[in-house]
Amino acid sequence: MIDESGPVKVLIADDNDADRMILNAIVQKQGHLVVMARDGAEAVDKFESERPHIVLLDVLMPKMDGYEAARRIKEIAGEELVPIIFLTSIKDVHALAECLDAGGDDFMSKPYNRVILEAKLKAFNRMRGMHATLQHQRDQIAIHNEHLVHEQEVAKAVFDNVAHLGCLNAKNIKYLLSPLAVFNGDVLLATRKPSGGMYVLLGDFTGHGLPAAIGAMPMAEIFYGMAIKGFSMRDILREINQKLKNILPVSVFCCACMVDMDFRKNMIKVWLGGLPDCFLYRAESKEFISIGSRNLPLGVLDNDFFKDDMQIFEMTANDRLYIWSDGIHEACNVNQEMYGEERLVEVFRQAEKADDLFDSIKNSVTEFIGNTERSDDITMVEVKMVEEEYLKDTALIFPSSKSDGPTDWAVSYELRDDTLKTCNPLPLLLHIIMEVPGLHPFSGEVYTILAELYSNALEHGVINLKSEMKSTPLGFAKYYSERSRLLRELKNGFVRFHLSHKPSVDGGNLIIRVEDSGPGFGYDKFDNPEKSLNAYCGRGIALIQELCKSLQFVGAGNIVEVDFEWKQ
Amino acid sequence: MSIWSQPSMDGQELTINIKGRFDFSVHQEFRSCYENVDDDPREYVIDMKDTTYLDSSALGMLLLLRDHAGGDKSHIKIKNCSNDVKKILTISNFEQLFAIQ
Repeated sequence: MIDESGPVKVLIADDNDADRMILNAIVQKQGHLVVMARDGAEAVDKFESERPHIVLLDVLMPKMDGYEAARRIKEIAGEELVPIIFLTSIKDVHALAECLDAGGDDFMSKPYNRVILEAKLKAFNRMRGMHATLQHQRDQIAIHNEHLVHEQEVAKAVFDNVAHLGCLNAKNIKYLLSPLAVFNGDVLLATRKPSGGMYVLLGDFTGHGLPAAIGAMPMAEIFYGMAIKGFSMRDILREINQKLKNILPVSVFCCACMVDMDFRKNMIKVWLGGLPDCFLYRAESKEFISIGSRNLPLGVLDNDFFKDDMQIFEMTANDRLYIWSDGIHEACNVNQEMYGEERLVEVFRQAEKADDLFDSIKNSVTEFIGNTERSDDITMVEVKMVEEEYLKDTALIFPSSKSDGPTDWAVSYELRDDTLKTCNPLPLLLHIIMEVPGLHPFSGEVYTILAELYSNALEHGVINLKSEMKSTPLGFAKYYSERSRLLRELKNGFVRFHLSHKPSVDGGNLIIRVEDSGPGFGYDKFDNPEKSLNAYCGRGIALIQELCKSLQFVGAGNIVEVDFEWKQ
Repeated sequence: MSIWSQPSMDGQELTINIKGRFDFSVHQEFRSCYENVDDDPREYVIDMKDTTYLDSSALGMLLLLRDHAGGDKSHIKIKNCSNDVKKILTISNFEQLFAIQ
């Protein structure tokens, strides 16, 4: 930093001895230090060796004139501001202008006026100070910025490890997410479930930058961590909500949409809190349904008040769900108009082929905003309903299991009313089973078997709902509302799991027996038990039969036992 | 000034007026208009008659006010919203937290 109050070193370059002496006297009298030169070349040399702060330069000098000397001095000075005042007796305005063109900052005409020279030196010294302050601040900002960029890079690297893309590369997903969107507070997560199917979550945190991005990390950690253990969408959302509520400041929360895709039952469950309506597009009829937000965003209320209002839809192959943050709706064109939902609806209305819809939306928004370069803020995802088989290359990969662990064991677990109403027992059971060394690769199959047996026991046993209800769209919705009502009013219900495992030479047998409090369904009354079974229980039982060595009903049909045989 | 507040005669109610865009740029103004009040109002009224736009950080600021006013026990009314403003509040289901009129 420059100390403006300290002595100033002034270079006086003039080939006229008398003029030089006069200037020397005036400048020294003002308390400044003086360095003198008799021609342009000497002025440049002296400047280099003495580094004066201000230069007084005669225009017409031998060896090198003032213009050239000024250019060289400015070049040597570089970024430092060294004010150059030309001394001249010229009155020609063009010549005076040339002084400034050559890099001069001012000029002074002979004869020299002491008062004016003093004032000029003071003013230029002040300017030097300001210039130095400015440069210092500029350098500070550059350093800070470099730090910030570095910090963001580190944060981004950590973030990418935690909030990795999961299965966003699956063949039924198309998405837009700018690499730096994480610092816009946007997050997009997707994972396969142990039972097949898929979870997708799009979140938009309030605010921008690091404060917004920071909440995405625990969110991703919970999402992936719980999904792989087989937790339900409701459990995952509640856990994320409470975590965000606990750790984020009051004013930061996350508008989000989570979807649970079941490719075997051909249905989706959608939870939406605070994001714009998402669209469900029917590939066959080209109709689309807008699904509105029914919940508060995540991280606003404690779990005691948290509502998990889900919307369930039956799907057919090729139907698609579109989820987006408000980036599309609020994308502005040059006239500061917003893209808005109406334009989006129009794109859907005019859609010819479902496969092109995603790109049509993208192009429509990009075209709308034109050259305003805001397309980076747009986060959007399309998920397509497909067959489970179609996605087998993105199936969950489980970490390899330990080599020692329990192989010969049995456990019983009974769930009663309150538990049946509120809890999902499957993650715990899966966890116990997965302790068996070598069984981990079969986690998906085992989870599917458990899940199917449990939902059959609960829905067709304990609360005794008939699955035929689901055969029409209206019945489908009714089925799920009845399910919630009957569960709420449940009394004296139970589901008992009896699990046992026996090792074999290269694998083992896992016996799962599930008993429920329902009346059973008289399976022995039918002539063709297998056919009637399938008609009665839908796709679930057929699926289990495919996965297991054997499946049999016991008692009144309220007990089912399967033998899952596995080999390494 | 785009945000100002006016306590009722008995000091029981504080009305906050927001003019123009309600976004992060006014967060300091918004906070000081309910933090620098002598009385401790029991009710807050946010008058959005002149509010043209509301973004997600404004929703965050509303939550801060709610927290300041006693969280779940707070009484906050939001009135005179334009359709655009109302839509943003509804998408976020803020009617569960505030009385939106």
